Amino acid sequence: MNKKKHWYDYLWIWSILYFTLGFFNILFAWLGMIDFLVPLLFAIIAGNKNFCNKYCGRGQLFTVLGKKAKCSAFRNTPKWMSSKYFRYGFLIFFLTMFGNMVFQTWLVASGAQSLREVIKLFWTIHLPWGWAYTANTLPDWIAQFSFGFYSLMLTSTLIGLIVMVFFKPRTWCSFCPMGTMTQGICKIKNKNK
Amino acid sequence: MVKSKRFAQVNKQCCVACGACIKECQKDAISIINGCYAQINDEICVGCGKCEAVCPAGSIELKARKKRDE
Repeated sequence: MNKKKHWYDYLWIWSILYFTLGFFNILFAWLGMIDFLVPLLFAIIAGNKNFCNKYCGRGQLFTVLGKKAKCSAFRNTPKWMSSKYFRYGFLIFFLTMFGNMVFQTWLVASGAQSLREVIKLFWTIHLPWGWAYTANTLPDWIAQFSFGFYSLMLTSTLIGLIVMVFFKPRTWCSFCPMGTMTQGICKIKNKNK
Repeated sequence: MVKSKRFAQVNKQCCVACGACIKECQKDAISIINGCYAQINDEICVGCGKCEAVCPAGSIELKARKKRDE
């Protein structure tokens, strides 16, 4: 028996499209803000995790690749990976790196630093990505944020793909910073329910 | 009503409320409560174990039904 498919069951295509667009023009990286803001809006306004449950393209992509394309070993996720300490620790680390990325954008905006047309993988490896941006098209800080944000999105997806291969398709969800943050918000918001 | 021998149960403490289980459940027996944890209606659950197989946090366990429930 197959469940009825909805339009949002195909949002995994959006995830692929996002990285493809960013490969050709880095400014499309800004669209990733949708994946940052919408889950927060769901949690803050409605007090639910509907984004994770229905609309998360990345989670769906891991299911498609891990389950349907059989790229996942389906081994149990190590307990520490979904423990509160690791989840909140990773959230703090992720937010710190996000803050650093915003700081780099500010440095470029203030003229203290020049635009770096590179993608930083795993917060350490620099990949030249200059073809995806024509200099001086827009203010440099807009491009700097794009490079930084795309790096963050690509790195987190690669981590998700690695854990998908070794463990379960959606192992990433067990420590996804957005998931941790929205669940935390929901717990606070629904404390008295 | 004849019930299955097993049913799935969620450990609320370690559930991350990702909803991976909802998509697997063919009986629509699972719902996410206030974005905090998954809840399985054991009256509807047939104990197929599909949710347990995909749960990334390992928070779903299959349990045997007590005899009087059958």
